Amino acid sequence: MTIPNIVGAGLVVIGAGIGIGKIGGSAMEAIARQPEATGKIQTAMLIAAALIEGIGFAALFAVS
Amino acid sequence: MRRKTSLKPITLLLLLITFVSYAKEGAPSSDSKADKETEIKEYIQHHLQDSYDFTLFSWTTEAGEHKYFGFPLPVILWDNGLKVFSSSKFHHGETVAEVDGNYYKVHHAKIYKVDGPNGEIVEDDHHHATNEKPLDFSITKNVTMIMMVFLIMFFMFKKMASAYKKNGGMPKGMGRLLEPIVLYVRDDIARPNIGEKHYKRYMSYLLTVFFFVWIVNLFGLTPIGMNVTNNIAVTFCLAIITYLITTFTAKKDYWKHIFWMPGVPVPMKIILAPIELLGTIIKPFSLMIRLYANITAGHIVLMSLIGMMFIFKNWLGSPLSFVLAFVLGILELLVAALQAYIFTMLSALYFGAAVEEHDHHEAH
Repeated sequence: MTIPNIVGAGLVVIGAGIGIGKIGGSAMEAIARQPEATGKIQTAMLIAAALIEGIGFAALFAVS
Repeated sequence: MRRKTSLKPITLLLLLITFVSYAKEGAPSSDSKADKETEIKEYIQHHLQDSYDFTLFSWTTEAGEHKYFGFPLPVILWDNGLKVFSSSKFHHGETVAEVDGNYYKVHHAKIYKVDGPNGEIVEDDHHHATNEKPLDFSITKNVTMIMMVFLIMFFMFKKMASAYKKNGGMPKGMGRLLEPIVLYVRDDIARPNIGEKHYKRYMSYLLTVFFFVWIVNLFGLTPIGMNVTNNIAVTFCLAIITYLITTFTAKKDYWKHIFWMPGVPVPMKIILAPIELLGTIIKPFSLMIRLYANITAGHIVLMSLIGMMFIFKNWLGSPLSFVLAFVLGILELLVAALQAYIFTMLSALYFGAAVEEHDHHEAH
């Protein structure tokens, strides 16, 4: 691994982290507003997080 | 109640055995720190690869001799005729195997043909072996594990079905354990994503893939040292099946929305068609990468933390990495189930998109 690769991997992780963090935060707010919809919100949250994670992993493979 | 209390010590004992044998697996024999680091690195690399023999653990004696505990598996090659022999001929990759006048050698968990009993693997500048590679249909460690999980699942669900038959629809034994999970897959994954009308057709695949990925992931956390979903070929096959089912059960509307998107101007339709077509391939591709990368990353981090215990070797670092490895192990239990859930969920989502029937209003 060269230095640009390592920096790239770091950027990928920062981006994916921000994305998943935002999803998690918004889901928390939504659950606090409507606790009765917890199940549905969690499902949607997991799908969105999984999609970002997939992109993140693909990018990690591309840089490494 | 009595049953519950008697189970607790057994569970604790199992947990302890798991960690002790993990420690044994990772225990390096040399003393210097740099040696240890490379040995742990090699060990992790070895763990992530498939192998031709089933080794539970190995150690080096004081005389420098490698000892292995496990059993060999059959090697099946197609090289101008079928060649079947036991992997014990390779002596764990240390020697060249001779079969009907041909010589084979294991190099980075792959079989290559070499010239003679002392033949060497020739590498090019990129460290890729240039030797001839016979077609390989061997029963490797991963294949053994897939067969084992297949048998476990078969007997689990067979028992469940016969219990239902005997008790007139009341769950008993295995059924009590599995019924809530099956119902969860049906009511929370298949029904809302595929729709009431079509979900039944896809239930068999969704249940199979859910339980297969889950059980395989759980076995990956045991000291047997198997790692089926670490192998990109396995996740590739799972994703291909999802892709084929989506493609062959798709309704007219699905293809119409790919090739000639209704409700957008004609130039836009032409631009959208290749993008949508590419999307159908990217979807299963991301399924494959996600499962593979998640499990591989989890295993690498877990094994590195266990290896760190032996690098630190003091009263501060070793317990710290033990606690971290323990917590991460519990997290991996969650990830094992979560990845099975997400794979099933996204498959159901794609099937749902394939059979969705749009009611075409004037404004689409």
